[in-house]
Amino acid sequence: IKPSSPCNKCLNVSWDSTPPCTCTINFTLEHSFESNVFMYYGLSNFYQNHRRYVKSRDDSQLNGDNSSLLNPSKECEPYRTNEDKPIAPCGAIANSMFNDTLELYRIDNDTRTPITLIKKGIAWWTDKNVKFRNPTGDGNNLTALFQGTTKPVNWPKPVYMLDSEPDNNGFINEDFIVWMRTAALPTFRKLYRLIERKNNFQPTLQAGKYSLDIAYNYPVHSFDGRKRMILSTISWMGGKNPFLGIAYITVGSICFFLGVVLLFIHHKYGNRNTSADIPN
Amino acid sequence: PCALPAAGRRPPHPPRLRRGESKTRLVRSSLLLPEAEPEKSKRTVLACNRLKTTKYTALSFLPKNLFEQFHRLANVYFVFIALLNFVPAVNAFQPELALAPVLFILAVTAIKDLWEDYSRYRSDQEINHMECLVYSRNEKKYISRYWKEVKVGDFVQLRCNEIIPADILLLSSSDPDGLCHIETANLDGETNLKQRQVVRRFLELDSEFDPLKFTSVIECEKPNNDLSRFRGYIIHKSGKKDGLFKENLLLRGCTIRNTEEVAGIVIYAGHETKALLNNNGPRYKRSKLERQMNADVLWCVLILLIMCLFSAIGHGLWVWQYGEKKKPIFDVPGPDGKYLSPVLASVYLFLTVIIVFQVLIPISLYVSIEIVKICQVYFIHQDKDLYDEETDSQLQCRALNITEDLGQVQFIFSDKTGTLTENKMVFRRCTVSGIEYSHDDNAKRLAMYQEPDSEEEEAAPKAGTLSQRDSICSHQSIKVIHRSQSTKTHRRTGSRAEAKRASILSKHTAFSSPMEKDITPDPRLLEKVNECAKHLEVMRSHEQPLSHLSPELCDVFDFFIALTICNTVVVTAPNQPRQKVRDRFELKSPVKTIEDFIRRFTPSRLTAGSNSSSSSSLATSKSMHRFGLSTLSSTSTDSTLLKLEEKLAYSAQMNNYGYSSQQGRTAVGGTPEEGELRYEAESPDEAALVYAARAYNCSLVGRLSDQVSVELPHLGTLSFEVLHTLGFDSIRKRMSVVVRHPLTDEINVYTKGADSVVMDLLLPCSSDDPRGKHQKKIRSKTQNYLNLYAVDGLRTLCIAKRVLSKEEYGCWLKTHLEAESSIENREELLFQSALRIEKNLHLLGATGIEDRLQDGVPETIASLRKAGLQIWVLTGDKQETAVNIAYACKLLDHDEEIITLNAESPETCAVLLEQCLQCVQSKFSNTIDGATGNMTVGFTPLYPPSSSVLSSLGLVIDGRTLAYALEPALEDKFLALAKRCRSVLCCRSTPLQKSMVVKLVRDKLKAMTLAIGDGANDVSMIQVADVGVGISGQEGMQAVMASDFAIPRFRHLEKLLLVHGHWCYSRLANMVLYFFYKNAMFVALLFWYQFYCGFSGSSMIDQWYLIFFNLFFSSLPQLITGVLDKDVPAEVLIAVPQLYKSGQNMEEYQPHMFWMNMIDAMYQSLVCFFIPYFTYYDSEVDIFSWGTPITTIALFTIILHLAIETKTWTFLHWSSCIFSIILFFFVALVYNASCPVCHPPSNPYWTMERLMGDPVFYFTCIISPVVALLPRFLYRTLQGTLFPTQLQLGRQLSKLSPETRTQLLTELNVKETIRQTQLLADSFSLSLGSNASHCYRAKNQSTPLPASPQTRESLFREHTKAEHKTDQTAAASPQGAVLYEENKLPSSAGSLERSVESLSVGTTLPWSSAVDQEDFSLLKWITSTPLFSHIGTVLQVSSRTCFAKVPSCGRQLPVEVPACSTSLLGPVSNCWDDFAGDFLVRSAGCI
Repeated sequence: IKPSSPCNKCLNVSWDSTPPCTCTINFTLEHSFESNVFMYYGLSNFYQNHRRYVKSRDDSQLNGDNSSLLNPSKECEPYRTNEDKPIAPCGAIANSMFNDTLELYRIDNDTRTPITLIKKGIAWWTDKNVKFRNPTGDGNNLTALFQGTTKPVNWPKPVYMLDSEPDNNGFINEDFIVWMRTAALPTFRKLYRLIERKNNFQPTLQAGKYSLDIAYNYPVHSFDGRKRMILSTISWMGGKNPFLGIAYITVGSICFFLGVVLLFIHHKYGNRNTSADIPN
Repeated sequence: PCALPAAGRRPPHPPRLRRGESKTRLVRSSLLLPEAEPEKSKRTVLACNRLKTTKYTALSFLPKNLFEQFHRLANVYFVFIALLNFVPAVNAFQPELALAPVLFILAVTAIKDLWEDYSRYRSDQEINHMECLVYSRNEKKYISRYWKEVKVGDFVQLRCNEIIPADILLLSSSDPDGLCHIETANLDGETNLKQRQVVRRFLELDSEFDPLKFTSVIECEKPNNDLSRFRGYIIHKSGKKDGLFKENLLLRGCTIRNTEEVAGIVIYAGHETKALLNNNGPRYKRSKLERQMNADVLWCVLILLIMCLFSAIGHGLWVWQYGEKKKPIFDVPGPDGKYLSPVLASVYLFLTVIIVFQVLIPISLYVSIEIVKICQVYFIHQDKDLYDEETDSQLQCRALNITEDLGQVQFIFSDKTGTLTENKMVFRRCTVSGIEYSHDDNAKRLAMYQEPDSEEEEAAPKAGTLSQRDSICSHQSIKVIHRSQSTKTHRRTGSRAEAKRASILSKHTAFSSPMEKDITPDPRLLEKVNECAKHLEVMRSHEQPLSHLSPELCDVFDFFIALTICNTVVVTAPNQPRQKVRDRFELKSPVKTIEDFIRRFTPSRLTAGSNSSSSSSLATSKSMHRFGLSTLSSTSTDSTLLKLEEKLAYSAQMNNYGYSSQQGRTAVGGTPEEGELRYEAESPDEAALVYAARAYNCSLVGRLSDQVSVELPHLGTLSFEVLHTLGFDSIRKRMSVVVRHPLTDEINVYTKGADSVVMDLLLPCSSDDPRGKHQKKIRSKTQNYLNLYAVDGLRTLCIAKRVLSKEEYGCWLKTHLEAESSIENREELLFQSALRIEKNLHLLGATGIEDRLQDGVPETIASLRKAGLQIWVLTGDKQETAVNIAYACKLLDHDEEIITLNAESPETCAVLLEQCLQCVQSKFSNTIDGATGNMTVGFTPLYPPSSSVLSSLGLVIDGRTLAYALEPALEDKFLALAKRCRSVLCCRSTPLQKSMVVKLVRDKLKAMTLAIGDGANDVSMIQVADVGVGISGQEGMQAVMASDFAIPRFRHLEKLLLVHGHWCYSRLANMVLYFFYKNAMFVALLFWYQFYCGFSGSSMIDQWYLIFFNLFFSSLPQLITGVLDKDVPAEVLIAVPQLYKSGQNMEEYQPHMFWMNMIDAMYQSLVCFFIPYFTYYDSEVDIFSWGTPITTIALFTIILHLAIETKTWTFLHWSSCIFSIILFFFVALVYNASCPVCHPPSNPYWTMERLMGDPVFYFTCIISPVVALLPRFLYRTLQGTLFPTQLQLGRQLSKLSPETRTQLLTELNVKETIRQTQLLADSFSLSLGSNASHCYRAKNQSTPLPASPQTRESLFREHTKAEHKTDQTAAASPQGAVLYEENKLPSSAGSLERSVESLSVGTTLPWSSAVDQEDFSLLKWITSTPLFSHIGTVLQVSSRTCFAKVPSCGRQLPVEVPACSTSLLGPVSNCWDDFAGDFLVRSAGCI
């Protein structure tokens, strides 16, 4: 985010700033996106792979284990309890969950049409259905199920209020699940929303102007972090990354060249050895 | 009441002996009542006879073993790391998980140790539970007890052939003279018998020895390890003192022979016995490779520390950059909610990172190496080539941890007797009064023993044909053949069993193999002996004086008499203790006093009594003897039968070779009693000589202490009265007997000794006297023959005689008796007196005895030499013998210069060494002058005239000089001299000296040493050397028990070293390097990651993978390679011993290689890290979905790396690599699917499954290993093609077909000889050096030229040979057949073969056709060249060479085909025409 960016004003937000600082960024798409579009948020310089950070979670709590819910693992320290109440979800990862809200609008002749962002299907199927589970108990009232726990320190809302839909709330909130899958490198992106292609005649996102509304909650300035929003389609090989292609071409040509050289060498010198003049 | 030496080494002594406390020990009878022994309680501290070599007991095993394992620094390190994991502030993994590999490794090692200790325990148990007879006070008789129960002071009774349980003072013997024979083979490796004597005073006891009455106290030395010394006193009740010498001591481990019963008191027991003290405790051997490896492990530690330090500093900076206040959201504070200061954080991190990076120190390295070594040992065990049928033994690897040292040996220290030689003396040739009897047939017979089986099979048909042809063949011999055939079938079927039986027999008595006993007499000499005997017979009957006999015959007669009686051979019957056929009435002790002499030699007795009395005594003794033997033979029918059979078969053989039927008759009709006699001698030579004499019908039938009975043809049994026996000693180098001749009544001295001394003692003969002239001639002739014998490597002995007049004898006797009776320096005086009588000798003749070398010893030595090994022979034998053997086994060459060091004092030794060194140095700098002149100062420098200045040197040094040379002041000089010599020979060295020499070389030259020996005298040497090899042969098991490897024969050393040693070394070296590489590469991946995780010590690789990667996923292929990889096949290694040098020079594992590997590992890890990094850069990938591909890539890279390094591919290699990869995927899949909430923090649920559905994963996995391995692959190819090492050349050699290989190898050898002789021009060697096709091309060009028929003929022969070979290959390889078809030469093989056949039958063919034939064969050879290199060479190339050849051959064909086809038979020529036509068509086509 450049200083000129409209979000510059929000640099000094803190976790519990209410109301959230909002800003809007306008951008233009040169080409239209034909197929489904993936909307990512990217963070850089964010060390999600820090050793203590990575450890700071309780998988059995997230799996809906009731005893862990009230008595989280020690690994979560110091985000284990808050005011003698167990935190759910505990740990540093959960505590630092990305909580900006992004909204995308298409600007078509100065009219902003919101683009439908689908928030389900962004997490691994196994995570959503196997690894992450809400605590079990009587009824489906999450509020009751999370009784006796408290929200993570940095969160504005408790975990059972992450979403309105019951199958995307609590621990099985997909935004939460995506965040909990810690990134490998300090510069990473995470899937935020999907934009599905509506019909076969229209591209998913036409070329043109768009604007992005950001409810800026997540402070990254303290560690020189940056936020990004990425829109990307996906091929059969996954996201767009030219590296492998270049690598293959380079290595292939090197190998070919070496092959020729070796063939030449073999022809010239290879026979010499069969005469096997072992000295001594 | 048994204390082990560690507990009670120094037994306390009674106060009155405090003065001598430190030097002596007191031994009392244990039978005395305890009341009489106030200090009994103290005395029991003396060591008992229990043997304990185990390290652990059941209780102490766990703590002690753990303690020992923690001596290994690596183990401590790993445990430390594992424990570090329990500290919460720094832990990186789950603590329990981190502990697993360490525990696994400790457990594996502990189990191995336990197993080893158990086997030791069992062998101890076996020895401890051997039984012997110990006198019991309660029961008043000897009762059977276990060895371990024997205590100092006990009385032990031993029977014949029993092994002595402890060091025992001999107190009584069933032998009337108080003698006892022991075989010390277990102790010093000499199989001869040694005499031991009962302590003097006890000998004089009239009654039976009664232990209860033994009240004397024995005061003797403290236990020490000097086998050749024992001093002490026995103090009798009366206060009298008697000296004790080593002659009174029976040593533990020896065997009683020839004596029915002995009894004695135990002086030293258990670990204090001399035998065990001579065994230095086992040394923990660490192989050289391991030492080097440990150094590199330390480097690894350093690298690790640097990496950790780097990370720690990095982390400190990283924490610091965020400052105090602005803590980022991802920096998790400690449990107490406070953030760590940068410094503290980095300190913690340092420890964490050590845990994370611990894999850099290969934890599984040690355990893998141990596993690999065990497997290697197993495969060495499986090698059929190292199995010896004769002894039914095979190689044993007793040390599991030094297999690779076998591949790095630089010095070999070998024992001689029993190691290089069989320790079986065989009479080979002799010369009597200047006439040589070459005993050719004897030699033939000996040669036959080389291949006993083939000879046996051939013998029967041969006998048939020969006997038909042989006109002299009598009826009897036919019968013999018939019988021998009937027995032969039996023999062949049961030859194995028989061999066993024979070996059992031979264990009872030292020398009994037929090879030594049956000597084929030289017909000429036999005739002379018979003639001589006849003359004597006549003379005796006619009372004629002996002098009528011609001097030559006289010499012959005396020669054999000397052979027979001039020794200490004892006559026994098999399977029975020596029966002393003894008439008490006739007992005559050796002349003891002057009075005795006078009494005995009074004229009356001399004139009247002599003949009659001797003959009468003879008769009695003979009859008794006969009687004894016949009873004997009935009792031991089995062995008699066996003997008879052998005899028969053997005599049949003799007949086959056309021997006089008389011999057969004696053999068949000869009395069985004669065959029954066995001779047991102190040295094998003596026995060999006696057996030789027996072959000439002059057999020793009995020996008493005062008379010797000799059975002679025609004469019957003569008994010689032995007046004195002057035993052999190494200074005089001779022995003599003084006897009274029964026929002439003269007093004769027969002397037998080394030629060098005996020749100097001969009677000086005047040159004017014709008789003297003759003598001189004889002498010079004999000397010539002696030299010849020596060249042949025979042990030479001179036989001489002196006739003494009574006066002379009396005069000498007086001084001799004085000498004998003196107590002070008695030995010195006896020596002087011996010198006095052994002079003015008359030379009778000389003998050549062969100490037969083991099979293949010279070849093995030559081959080991070629391999760059220095061979030293350390022997206890005397110098002459040792030198002879050294010549025989090509250790010394005759064109070698030999430096002999014999010094009498340290000073002279120093001077001598100095001079030799200077001399050698001057020689090496090519400034040879009359240095030899300096050397003649009191020593015996041997500088045989040598033509070449630069000839190699041999050093011969004797035991005493060696002792001086080994002193610290001189050892450097000695080594400097020895280093220059090609071979070193140490004679008369004691076991301790042997080990000192080895130690010297090992420590000073920093060389790898190997000691090989078979006897207990080699034990200390074997233990000191880096590698100890025992020969499990005839001489007990002591050497084997001490050795690291035990082989049945010396020749097996070749394969053990050159093949297995090389393999083990190269495998292990490669494996160790690979290990370092692997771990470094893996850890570096983690290190690179630290740059991207704020140096926080986190790892992208799941901890399970991280910990078990080494243990499971990547270990199997490398183990397989470590066990099975053969860099060069065995045949090539044997054929080209030079390849062994790679091990000596540590070529496979040099320090720079470690660093090269490290750099390569860094590079590879960079590739393996950054390709996934860039692939997944700025993507939504999570840690473990990113780490798993990296792990996979690393695994692929590591396994492919191994694939590049692997030299041989077998099914196991393939399968292990594939298995490892499959295992990884399988484990990953299962692990990732097993539990959604387990294994925090990684929790890799479904990661692998997801990855495997992602094509990017596969793409990265393919490209990364390729890029990572490209440089190494390139290097290997380029280096292998452009600058191949010897080993690679050897490998290529093996890829060629066998024929080409043999050809190349012969060329190689030829080249070598060329280089050595430097006779042939470069061009020739070039043509030889070029490969086979070149060679043939050259010959092909030469064939059209006109050459002499002979050369063509010979060339042709060569070609046909080659052709036959090609035919074989064609049949062998289907590929070859395909090639044939492609070359459109169907049926060419058949037709050619036929034509060749016809050619070989019809020898009258004109040579022009031969040339033509040759062209054909050449052509065919050319067309079949692809067969030779059917794998490597491309088809086009071969056909091109074929076409190139076609014109040249084709041009000749039309001209010559018609001419020669007429001379050939029809069908053949047809075929030939066909072939020719076919060929013409083809050649036309190609032109």
